[in-house]
Amino acid sequence: MIPAQFEYEVADSVEHAIELLGSKDDAKLLAGGHSLLPFMKFRLARPATLVDIGRISGLASVTDDGDHLAIGALTRHHDLEHDPLVREYCPLLGYAAGLVGDSQVRHRGTIGGSLAHGDSAADLPTIALTVDADIVVQGPGGRRTVAAADFFKGFYETALEENEVIVEVRVPKLGDAGWSYIKFRRRALDWATVGVAVVVESGNGTIGSARIGLTNMGETPLRAAAAEEALAGVSRDGVAAAAAKADEGSDPPSDTSASADFRRHLCRVLTARAVEEALTR
Amino acid sequence: MATVERPAKFVGTSQLRKEDPELVTGQGGYVDNITLPGMLWVGIVRSPFAHARIGSIDVSKALELEGIVAAYTGADLEFAAPLVMAWPINAEVKNPPHHPLTKDKARYVGDPVAVVVAESRAIAKDALELVEVDWEPLPAVTDIKAALEPGAPIVHEEFGTNDAGSWIMERDSPAPRRGPSAPFFEDPDLVKIKEEYYLARLIPNAMEPRGVVVDPNVAMGEYTVITATQIPHILRTTLAITCGIPEAKLRVIAPDVGGGFGSKLEAYPEDAICLALAQKLNRPVKWIEERSENYVATLHGREMVQEIELAATREGDLKAVRVNLKASMGAYMRLITPGIPMLGAWLYHGCYECEGYDFQYTNVFTNATFTDAYRGAGRPEATYAIERAMDALARELEMDPVELRRRNFIATDKFPNYTIASGLTVDSADYHGTLDKCLEVLDYEGIRAEQRSRRERGERKLLGVGFSTWIEMCGLAPSRVLAALNYIAGGWDAATIEFMPTGTVRVLTGVSPHGQGSATAFAQVVADQLGLDYDDIDVLHGDTGMVPFGMDTYGSRGVSVGGVALFKAGEKIIAKARTLAAHELECAETDLEFEHGNFTVKGTDRTANIKALGFNSWTAHNLPEGMEPGLTATHLYDPPNFSWPNGAHCCVVEVDQDTGAVEIVRYIAVDDCGVQLNPMLVQGQVHGGVAQGIAEALYEEAIYDEEGNLTTGTMTNYLVPGAPEIPSFEIHDRVTPSPTNPLGVKGIGEAGTIAAPPAVINSVVDALAHLGVRNIERPATAERVWRAIQEAQA
Repeated sequence: MIPAQFEYEVADSVEHAIELLGSKDDAKLLAGGHSLLPFMKFRLARPATLVDIGRISGLASVTDDGDHLAIGALTRHHDLEHDPLVREYCPLLGYAAGLVGDSQVRHRGTIGGSLAHGDSAADLPTIALTVDADIVVQGPGGRRTVAAADFFKGFYETALEENEVIVEVRVPKLGDAGWSYIKFRRRALDWATVGVAVVVESGNGTIGSARIGLTNMGETPLRAAAAEEALAGVSRDGVAAAAAKADEGSDPPSDTSASADFRRHLCRVLTARAVEEALTR
Repeated sequence: MATVERPAKFVGTSQLRKEDPELVTGQGGYVDNITLPGMLWVGIVRSPFAHARIGSIDVSKALELEGIVAAYTGADLEFAAPLVMAWPINAEVKNPPHHPLTKDKARYVGDPVAVVVAESRAIAKDALELVEVDWEPLPAVTDIKAALEPGAPIVHEEFGTNDAGSWIMERDSPAPRRGPSAPFFEDPDLVKIKEEYYLARLIPNAMEPRGVVVDPNVAMGEYTVITATQIPHILRTTLAITCGIPEAKLRVIAPDVGGGFGSKLEAYPEDAICLALAQKLNRPVKWIEERSENYVATLHGREMVQEIELAATREGDLKAVRVNLKASMGAYMRLITPGIPMLGAWLYHGCYECEGYDFQYTNVFTNATFTDAYRGAGRPEATYAIERAMDALARELEMDPVELRRRNFIATDKFPNYTIASGLTVDSADYHGTLDKCLEVLDYEGIRAEQRSRRERGERKLLGVGFSTWIEMCGLAPSRVLAALNYIAGGWDAATIEFMPTGTVRVLTGVSPHGQGSATAFAQVVADQLGLDYDDIDVLHGDTGMVPFGMDTYGSRGVSVGGVALFKAGEKIIAKARTLAAHELECAETDLEFEHGNFTVKGTDRTANIKALGFNSWTAHNLPEGMEPGLTATHLYDPPNFSWPNGAHCCVVEVDQDTGAVEIVRYIAVDDCGVQLNPMLVQGQVHGGVAQGIAEALYEEAIYDEEGNLTTGTMTNYLVPGAPEIPSFEIHDRVTPSPTNPLGVKGIGEAGTIAAPPAVINSVVDALAHLGVRNIERPATAERVWRAIQEAQA
């Protein structure tokens, strides 16, 4: 409820934030605060300094950048959910953003904050991985781009260096691909017990390619590679058999929400449903 | 300007709550809104272990922190007596001393072992981390059955066992039951079933956690304790005993209190600790509970293992019920912990006739937070067992569960005042009528047809329908019965009505509402009875320095005891006003008619209004010989019987066979709480209670791991459902006025948590019955439902 003592700094630019991260011991970035602050209130996180990037201008916009959308890191979940460009070119992302937490969380939480937190039970990391987003990060030496597939490294662990800031998320336009995200959770405001995101290209009754992302099935968001492979080139009749491989290679947790076994079962059931739904979109 | 129409009667109308304007505009005064000059903050060092011996406690580093004022261990902070336990159910009961700060060992995660006092809340919080305790962890036990196994860790070594004593109806009940159950269970011609249910441990989750402010006047030896409690009067007495301060020097105030559900019906360590600290330091002190602290430091509810057996004829006539419970006490006996299961003792045959009845329970210590009263206390447990078992019996007999219930209902013409098989006397009911209403709203045949059709079509989403025809005893009186049950206090309550010179009225009540809307309902009663304007009546409560000694609010007793006390005080007001009116109008009292606040000489237009009589009694210029000044009256009311609300609830669910997910698609409640003073308040109680009952059935469960850590220790993993999880309710009623009291009221505060859990679980099991599923432990999570399907099909 009451965090341990910390210093508070306001960054007025990305460069300033990077400088503060470099000059302060044990500094953490504060964006929407809806992942970090609860950790601090439970005293599970005790950063010595918070660097507030919430007032940096120009990081909370969605722009059309040709084959992809450029999404500023401070774009809030609520704004993603309702953004016309997101709705047109990557409705999967907007839909999933609308399922994050509750209304308060969606009005505060940011896409950059969610990705940087690296929680495998969160929705947006899975979506970024599923749509092959690129994450643009800026550090003392300038900018670099990290593919989502290379970004999530482990339990709450990402490719972000200590003095780097996520500035943008590049989300490829989905084009005609069908999509679905099924988030199984016990209450509307909960993290996913299991989530399955699907993007599928199909034609003439045959699936061309499918991308399947999994939420809360391991230490990081995962791609269901075996199921993706099994779906390529099959008809609708092949969906069930392919979905049965959805949990291959995963390592789901057992906790008070569900056992690992039940998560594996859910993963297979939800994958079949998500692919079916994606084929109708 | 629109004129506000005054209803002919306020009782029975949905008056808006008098309590709401300040609460909904953020002007309420909760404990945490209170700041006093020179106030210090208290932090409690709690055990991180479920069971551990305390070697030494070193507070020196905490004392070095800037802004820290004091730090004490159990050895430094002395109390006159341990915390009070008020329900020693019989000679067998084991009641180990429960010190506010434990001295020798910690017995649950959260057990208070030391205290820090600081200039700010943040400093107190930092200081907690600097107190060093030399712990010697011991093996812990939190499972009820495991705690009774030979070789189990012993929570209180002095007893050599975790068995805290049993209560056996045949031996201990003051009311003789109709007959023993054994002959029926030995009868080879009868059908018998035996069911076992585990009721998960629950965390009450009042919206406002607890908090205490103590304001001392050490020079006078007087202390004001402002605390988030349901029981200011009882707490004053228990604090007087624990802290050794005379009751006359203690003023306990329950300010605005944000819900209780029984969790604030308690004499907690923190109340006593704060009082002792204020006395020792001669400064006001404040303690505010954090939510995660609340999860371990505030009482839990329910946890028990139930065995229930039924014997019935092949035709479906229930003959006998036999019940054996093992109830978790947690680590200590708190205020009424050992008696909680007894509050259901007479209800395990529900609203059904039977011949043989036996009931007993065994209390068990475990290394978990103490349990105590949680909304319904004993009665939800009883209703769950019998309503689940009736469905099981119906399946055994291949009968429709509705038909089985109807066949065994106590007939409507037995009432009023029918002595049921367990030995108590039920005031009034029409069980057939409530169920008829429920079925009419439901379209039972239609639902069953849809259920069959889905099964035949092989749909993955199955439909289930479940019923709970429930009964409870509330009011929790009369005092002589409570005496026979070894409960130390009485069950009466008090009210005072006081006319002000200008014609407004103060009502002082001994009950202590904390969200129920009693101030609204009580004003409606007084407005009608005395012919006053509803807005002219102010209802005051919850301050022992102001209101008459009462017994506070719990057990749905506000209206059925406190409200009736108030009505009786009103009768005294009318009697006195009548004498004064006869004096002024120079007539006989018997010549006066009283209506709408006016005493009128029969057949004339000569009249005296009660407000004018109130003024005249205040001036006391012209009173009859010997009459005391003032128009004020107090009544202390001890009800002659419990009140017996009842009803028929029905839940319809869709169950996803593939994921186990349960969705409630309809929920119908038909309740009989007697006369409804304010239907909106009744519906509000049903809404909240059913939501909490659904929570028990589908969501909430306090889970301990093998070491005794609470793994559901925050709101992210202890799942209190929110609005998205709760369906729209279809709420109806059936009114059979209670003949026990002049208002005809019974009580509604606990109906929802009593009725809903079996209705919901019965509906889930009903959906899956054709697959062979017979039971799903609560809460019926998706995983449990899925596993039940797998096991039934294996």
